[in-house]
Amino acid sequence: MIVMENVYFTYPNGVEALKGINLKIEDGRFVAIMGQNGAGKTTLVKHMNGLLKPTRGRVLVDGVETTKVSVATLARKVGLVFQNPDHQLFSETVEEEISFALKNFGYDEKTIRERVNWALNLLDLEEYRKVSPFMLSGGERKRVALASVLAWDPKIVILDEPTIGQDHGQKERLRQFIMQLNRQGKTIIIVTHDVEFVAECSPDIILMKQGKIIATGEAKDVLTNEKLVSQASVALPEVTKILKGLEDFGFPSDVIDVYEAADVLYERLSDRL
Amino acid sequence: MSMFEGFKFRSVSSPIHKMDPRAKFVYVCVLFAVSIMFSNLVPLLFLFFIQIPVVVMAKIQREWMRSMKGSATFAVIIFAMNLLSLYFYSGYETLSSVLERSLAMTVRFIVLIQTFSIFFLTTSPDMLGLALEQSRIPYEICFAFTTAVRFVPVLAEEAQTVMDAQKARGLELEGGNFLKRIRNYIPILIPLIVNAIRRSLELAETMESRAWGANKNRTNLYVLKMGKNDVLLILISLIILAVSIYLSMHVKMPSVIQMLTS
Repeated sequence: MIVMENVYFTYPNGVEALKGINLKIEDGRFVAIMGQNGAGKTTLVKHMNGLLKPTRGRVLVDGVETTKVSVATLARKVGLVFQNPDHQLFSETVEEEISFALKNFGYDEKTIRERVNWALNLLDLEEYRKVSPFMLSGGERKRVALASVLAWDPKIVILDEPTIGQDHGQKERLRQFIMQLNRQGKTIIIVTHDVEFVAECSPDIILMKQGKIIATGEAKDVLTNEKLVSQASVALPEVTKILKGLEDFGFPSDVIDVYEAADVLYERLSDRL
Repeated sequence: MSMFEGFKFRSVSSPIHKMDPRAKFVYVCVLFAVSIMFSNLVPLLFLFFIQIPVVVMAKIQREWMRSMKGSATFAVIIFAMNLLSLYFYSGYETLSSVLERSLAMTVRFIVLIQTFSIFFLTTSPDMLGLALEQSRIPYEICFAFTTAVRFVPVLAEEAQTVMDAQKARGLELEGGNFLKRIRNYIPILIPLIVNAIRRSLELAETMESRAWGANKNRTNLYVLKMGKNDVLLILISLIILAVSIYLSMHVKMPSVIQMLTS
């Protein structure tokens, strides 16, 4: 469980990135952090594995204050996948890349081999085992980065902008994959601008603006609140826009999922077809 | 990172900032040469203190303090290394002379840092490029130079992100023996270098698609002109150089201990 109590954070250059954040993310939740550029989303998640320590307030991961332990210790529980895979890939082969963290955590040879195989399989990277990560495409590199974190099976998985640079097929696979991890009991936290992606996953939402949380709640409630969403420079999902436009004809305006929207439309229009 | 802040140009209005970069460059070269010329504490301390009015005039005290603080660790290392090697392997008789010599080497390092810090803090990369260009250096080289300078902060920021990313994968940068520490930096250096190369290729492509180098005869909006102050600075620098050469050849520098005991 991650708890933040009145967290303030100021960067050394004087930018106040977080201003009084209070939140609680229980085990097994699926949370999306959304908000405009520079709202403090990445700064917020960097507090969850201790990369940044609050200037004021406290951050607790499973009851342990992040200032009391090293990042490496916290990382075992909290896996953070960075936005840009190029900021971490360095090994000669994909296989070595994935085993990097496992070696850091001191697993034995056999476990490392097993976990690497597992992660390669999980992310459909088996064929690239011996390939240099630098030879892969952007989307593949992103998957390697993800595999390199999932390999040590952290309890909490944080993904910073996982959908950027992924084509539609990859995105869909990623979505199913994330949902599956969540069903297996992992806490999933994603930072994203991709409102359609979030609408399809339907997680809890934390909406941020200028270093503050302006709303939390279920996707269905937050993403259909036009005023709230536009404050955080987030768009309504396309289907919500359509149905909101048809509100005068008695269509519901709290639908965010495409399939649900199709059902609603079908139901209303079936007698005319 | 704080050390680095001590070299980053800050746009302030001061007589030093307004000076011609070429004049300042002469000053830097002279100070560099002179501080290498002497290995006694007294002249090096002198070089350190005469630059403090310059720092105040340029209104860069805070940044200067940063560069001083940032170089403190290196200064201590240099002092310790000199002390050890001089004590065990040189012909100096007394501990006090060894101490003085080590201190002199440390002050030399600080003077060098201080001089470069003043230069880079008060000279914008643009002006530097302009100065190079007007010294008849081919534009390609000037451009490469200014671009390199400009990308230093970008690279520093990226280094921080890479470090964070690897720490998030359980890399511990502290601890371990010397070799292990060096090995620890491989996961940070490789992404940095690869990204730098990628970025430079990308930059080259975007520049070329914006017709870089289409016209052979480039002109500049600003043209550097030496003013009275600039000539004065060059003169002072040359005088310092001449006097230093004379002193180092004909005068034996007194040591601090001698001055204290006599």
